[in-house]
Amino acid sequence: MAEIQVAIDSARALDGPLEIGGVEFTSRLIVGTGKYETNEMMVDAIRATGAEMVTVAVRRVDLDRTKEEAILHHLDPDEFFLLANTAGCYSAEDAIRYARLARAAGFNEFVKLEVIGDETTLLPDVQATIEAAKTLSQEGFKVMAYTNDDLITALRLEDAGCAAVMPLASPIGSGLGVVNPYFIREIKRRLTVPVIVDAGVGTASDACVTMEQGVDGVLMNTALAAADDPVRMAHAMRHAIIAGRLAFLAGRMPSREIAVPSSPTTGMLD
Amino acid sequence: MSEDGVTRTSEHIRVDLNGSQREIEEGHTVHSLLESLEIHPGMVVVELNREILERDSYDDVAITEGDTIELVHFVGGG
Repeated sequence: MAEIQVAIDSARALDGPLEIGGVEFTSRLIVGTGKYETNEMMVDAIRATGAEMVTVAVRRVDLDRTKEEAILHHLDPDEFFLLANTAGCYSAEDAIRYARLARAAGFNEFVKLEVIGDETTLLPDVQATIEAAKTLSQEGFKVMAYTNDDLITALRLEDAGCAAVMPLASPIGSGLGVVNPYFIREIKRRLTVPVIVDAGVGTASDACVTMEQGVDGVLMNTALAAADDPVRMAHAMRHAIIAGRLAFLAGRMPSREIAVPSSPTTGMLD
Repeated sequence: MSEDGVTRTSEHIRVDLNGSQREIEEGHTVHSLLESLEIHPGMVVVELNREILERDSYDDVAITEGDTIELVHFVGGG
């Protein structure tokens, strides 16, 4: 493990921090807290990712106490930066209500804005998302908006005042990886605010490829929670994010469809 | 029996609590209601009739007949 830490420390020296809404993060990985088999596994996996920002959902307290569901019993808000989401909301009005409830919890002004437009694909209702983003930004929220991989919507969300724009790699929970790297690159090229790819990453190579597009970070949940061994996958993701980021910064060699020898072609024996 | 068929004494009021109709004792503040439910005030956000309450107002806000109360907190999510 010491070797892993050295590798991560030296990677940090080669990359700057991720800044969102005036807050600096060392890790470019943001992780969700849903769908883990146990809360202990969730905490172990999240620690292994090195992520500082973690998402949480806002829900009614279960008054029958059938479950130990309060996340704050398991996650220390001094250890992690809580990013409340508006998951499950299908209208701007609902998303705004959930965001306000989340802020009233008193941790920070950040919200992961998510307005779903379709139950089957969980694709975002972009019109409602832009509308909610405007209202929430005006109310002082640091809005990180989940959206599709559409450039125009991303630009509108930036205009609406979002602190970060979060296009999907592919549908939530699908694990299909980046289905449209070109659009992700184009969104990153055109926006000034951080671009975080949110949803669709299935395994470490997906995370690496995503970061190689030049985006500022990745948000994932199911890829960790639904892995056979979430803690091991968490380590893999931590490295994949760093690898993809450094590969992007390093600038890859041109690809060509012919072979070019790596060793000298001269000096061969007769 | 009242018109809606529910037997109630004068010391109880009816409220909508997290989506369920409940009878609670009259005279509760938000703070005392949370206490009776064994909920730590710091762990929840309270919405009363669609208005979010400030935590320092829990002692002062009375629960009255017909109130709609939502108690929410953070759970795991992505």
